[in-house]
This record gives sequence, structure tokens and C-alpha cells, in this order.
Amino acid sequence: MTRPTVDLRPTQPPLPRPRPLAHFFTRPQVIALAAVLLVNWLLFPGFFTVTWQDGRFFGSLIDVLNRGAPVAILAIGMTMVIATKGVDLSVGAVMAISGATAATLVTNGIPAPVAVLAALGTGLLCGFWNGILVTVLEIQPIIATLVLMVAGRGLAQLITEGYIVTFSDPLLIFIGTGSFLGLPMPVIIAAVLMILATLIVRRTALGLLIEAVGVNRSAARFAGLSANALLLIVYTFAGFCAAISGLIVAGDIRGADANNAGLWLELDAILAVVIGGTSLMGGRFSIPMAVLGAMIIQAMNTGILISGFSPEFNLVVKSAVIIVILVLQSPLSSRLFRRLPGAQK
Amino acid sequence: MNVIKTLALGAGLASLLLSAAYAEGLQGKVIGFSQIGSESGWRAAETSVTKAEAEARGIDLKFADAQQKQENQIKAIRGFIAQGVDAILVAPVVATGWEEVLTEAKEAGIPVVLLDRGIEAPEDLYLTSVASDQVKEGRVAGEWLVANVGDKQCNVVELQGTVGSSPAINRKQGFEEALAGKANLTLTRSQTGDFTRSKGKEVMEGFIKAEDGGKNICAVYAHNDDMAVGAIQAIKDAGLKPGSDILVVSIDAVPDIFAAMVAGEANATVELTPNMAGPAFDALQAYWDAGTEPQKFIITESKLYTPADDPQGEYDRRKGLGY
Repeated sequence: MTRPTVDLRPTQPPLPRPRPLAHFFTRPQVIALAAVLLVNWLLFPGFFTVTWQDGRFFGSLIDVLNRGAPVAILAIGMTMVIATKGVDLSVGAVMAISGATAATLVTNGIPAPVAVLAALGTGLLCGFWNGILVTVLEIQPIIATLVLMVAGRGLAQLITEGYIVTFSDPLLIFIGTGSFLGLPMPVIIAAVLMILATLIVRRTALGLLIEAVGVNRSAARFAGLSANALLLIVYTFAGFCAAISGLIVAGDIRGADANNAGLWLELDAILAVVIGGTSLMGGRFSIPMAVLGAMIIQAMNTGILISGFSPEFNLVVKSAVIIVILVLQSPLSSRLFRRLPGAQK
Repeated sequence: MNVIKTLALGAGLASLLLSAAYAEGLQGKVIGFSQIGSESGWRAAETSVTKAEAEARGIDLKFADAQQKQENQIKAIRGFIAQGVDAILVAPVVATGWEEVLTEAKEAGIPVVLLDRGIEAPEDLYLTSVASDQVKEGRVAGEWLVANVGDKQCNVVELQGTVGSSPAINRKQGFEEALAGKANLTLTRSQTGDFTRSKGKEVMEGFIKAEDGGKNICAVYAHNDDMAVGAIQAIKDAGLKPGSDILVVSIDAVPDIFAAMVAGEANATVELTPNMAGPAFDALQAYWDAGTEPQKFIITESKLYTPADDPQGEYDRRKGLGY
């Protein structure tokens, strides 16, 4: 959106968004993911080994997908928020609220489907609250969502009364640890959500409208867009995504841990979105790339776990890799890339 | 006359005895308790045990929750001093910055007892401190493993607490001390699980993949029970049996680890007792009754629990404590 690209092949029909496969593989995110996976493989030769066990795939690569799914789902909602030049700091706390709601309801004998719907409902409600603060009260998004980030965790603790509420309900456990077509449920949920969200924003005008609001909210409003309604939808959707992640994380450990569920994950989600190339200044955004960003982060985490480094290095390694990825994406390096022989642009 | 004299003497004696009994217990004493907050299940259990201990002794306990902020604790302590309480218990949130407010308490003649954590302040500012020995906790866990593995070759993986936190450092040190010199026990992998269930599970998953599907792991040592509970799930997901294929030993003794023991999925846990207030009240009583200065550092017991110690009973006993 920001810089015009010239297509040198006039024979190609002018599709709305031409995306040749070669272009995909030269994206810095894809190169970064490949590089991280390669390093993992060098550190641990069995990294790509995937076996079939107990009716599901089993291996480190599956772990990356499975553990990356909650952040990927957060990143899907976060991408839209950031595309409107906002940010949602409360998603980690909303995860805790959602997990706490579902766990507390099932342990009190409420049927699991109702508990799941209630948890998703609280997520929608939390997102809607953020949206109201941002639109009606016109509070800066970072402050508006900070309110729920701080208060939300307290709310989750109130719901669980400070305990880790454990449950043995099969449906909730299935959401966190079940499998479908041999793949873990969280991966399936994340993939479906990513495809649906991408189709909805790209096959309708919604994506364009979100970008318009992100680039200039007043201009969008003067152009006849109801920017406030759009912002409300986007924040509510981010809350909904967070609620799904919260259900997954709770189902995974068979308990709602209000103190730790989703703690600092809002930062991972923002990082995933930024690695995915979405601008914090609003406008240009890409949901699949944000999901890819989440996978890069998780591939790094899993790599550190199996590498055998002592844990004191975790954060140092992580930050070093992130700096390299961000430098790769910077305008400076893309200028350098363009000078390379054989580059597309 | 004699009868009256005897009666009067009797009454006097009785009242003397009564007042002696009164002074002997902590009945009617007002004690303030500044708690950190409720950051973990253990902390909640400590609060409820403290309240129960106080009630059993007839103490009027003034409770203040600091919500993880030192300034709230300082405010609470000043409040206790203004109310003229008989003693103050503090579970300090941080180690520094206590000199001023503790000096105020000392000048008011109110003894202060530290619970659970130490502080960096002159020792004469507080009566005593009650805490566990974290190095010993790690050592007890390690000794259990050494005794139970025998001469068999055994690769141990470790789930550490939050990097740099004192329980993580000390529990690691104690465990390594116990394993030192045992050639058949090797610590092959060690990573942080941040004291949480989900991280414990994730790290254990990674370890199992990296160690030939878990076949090269004979035992997992977790710095707290929550990580062990997560690790147990990871072991089960990998198609192995926790408790027999991979031994599970951890620290804290929270109810859920006893539930795992009942299911045969955990092997040992070392208790970090939430009853820090009991020894504190005992020390105060001895101090007031007989004037005995308690030792400066009272160390609580680090008791080992295995499936032989009635895990179901322990679970039931702890469930209501707020863990």
C-alpha cells in the first residue's frame, strides 16, 4: 500500500493483488522462519522428524505449530487493531478471564458448550468495552486497553477466587489438547480462523476500510466511513480471538491459572504482528504474515528448549534473532535487496 | 475470720492463676499481619493458615493485603503502630527499604517477626524471621532420588523456576549438592518453566522430543509442583507413564500434586509449609512469657511426602486452604 510497485510482466492480467509464489519465498518473514528452522535442525537433527502416534502427528515441528497457535490467534485479532493505528494490550488478561469463566462454570456443573459460549461471550464483551473506550470516550488505545490489561487479571482472579481451577471436562480438554486429522486442535482452530479472517477482509471491502481508518481516521470519516463502528468491530474481534486463545491455554493444562494464563502474551502478539510487516502507524496489514510471525517466535522458543542452552541465554538469543529479523525488514535492507542480481523488484 | 482469710487467699490465688494462664497464652493479644498479596496459591494458603493459627490461639489478627506493593506494606505497618498492636508479622515483598518503618516499630516497643522472606536490614530491628531453607528443599528432593534410583544409570531433566529468582537458584543448588559424586545420576537438561503449569508442560514436551521420545529420561525434577503437574501431562501426551517410566519429584506440596500421587503419576514432593505463622506465634509467646530471645532465623521443616504418606488424606486436608 505504501510504495508503488511496477510489474515488469505486461502479459499478466491486472489482478487486484498479484502474488507470485516466488515473491512469497523472498519475503523476509519466510526467509527468517526458514533460517530459524534450519538452525533448530542443526542444533537438533531430529527436529523435522514427525511420527504418527496415538492417532496424531508427533514431533518438534508439530510442537512449534501447537505452542504457537495461541499467540497466532491473538495476532490475528491484533493485526486488525494495529491496522487501525491502535493496539490492544488487554488480550493477555482477556485470555485469563475467558479461561477462568469456562473453568469456573464447568466445575459448577454448567454444561461445557454453555461454558465455552459464555467464555467467548466475555471475550466479545471485553473487546467491546475496549472499543467503547477508544471510540465513544476517545481514549488513546494504548491507555484504553491498559485499563483492562491491569484490571482484567484481577477480574480473572476474582472469578477463580485465587485458585487454579482444574477441570476434567472432555470438551474443554479437547479444545486444548485434542486432535483433528492428526493435527492438534489449537492448530486447526488457528488455521481456520486465519483463513476465515483473511477471506473476510480481503474478499470484501472491509480490509480496505480498516486500512483507510488506520491511515487517517478523520479523513476516513469525512469520506463517509463510519470509523467508530469499524473500530468497535475490530476491538470486539480482538477480544473474541483472545477468548479463543484463553480456552486453548486453559484446556491445555486442564485448569484456569488466572495469575499466569496469557501473561505477557500481548507483547508476543504485537511482536508477531510487527514481524509480519504490519505497520504500527496503521494502514498496511497482513493476517497470514502475522501468523507466520507468531510461528517464527515459537520456532525460536522451541529451538531454545531443545538446544540445551542454559536458560539464562533464552532472552538474549530471542532478542538477537528478533533484531536480525527487524533489520532484514527495514527499508535500508530492502533497498540493498533490490540491488541484488535476480531480485524481483 | 480464718474462713474469710482463707477465702480471700483462695480468691487471690485463683485470680493470680487466672492471670498467669492469661499471660501464658496469646489470648486477647492484638497482632497485625502485613501480607504481600495473593500472587500464588501458596500465598493464599499461607494467609488462611495464619488466620486459622491466630484464631486457635485466641489472637485478634489484623490482616492487611499489600497487593504486591511495598508502600502499602509500610502504610499497613504504620497503621498497626498507630493502633498500638502487641506485635507485627510481615511477609516482606522486597528485601530493601525497611529500616525506617522498622525503627518506628522498635521505638514503639512492638516486636516484628518476618515471615517467609528475609530482608537487608540490621538484625536488631526485628525479633526473628521464620522461613524455609530453599537449598535444603532441593537437597531433600535430590536425596530422595539418589536413594530410590540406586545404582541404575539415570538421566535427570530439571524444570527450573523463574531465571534469577532465589527459590530457583537455591533449589537448583541443593539438588545438585545431593547428586554430587553420584556417577550414575546425570543432570542432562535444565530449562526454566517460570513456575507455571503451561510452561512446565511446554518445556517437558521439548525435553521429551530432544531425548529420543523420552526414552533417555529417567526422572524429572521440578522446582515447584505446578511445573511438575504440567510435565506429567506432557509425559502422558508422549505415550509414557509418569511415575514409572519417568519419575517425578518436585517441591511445595500443593494439593494437586497429591491428586497426581493418588493416580500414581508423581513420586515425591518436598513441603514448603504455609504455616510460617505458627512458629512465629510460638516465638512471640516464649518471648513475652519467659523473656527468651528467639534465635534470629527460625527454619521450618522441609518434609518429604511420597505416595506412602496417605496422599488422599493430604489432598483433602490441603484442598480447603486456598492453594
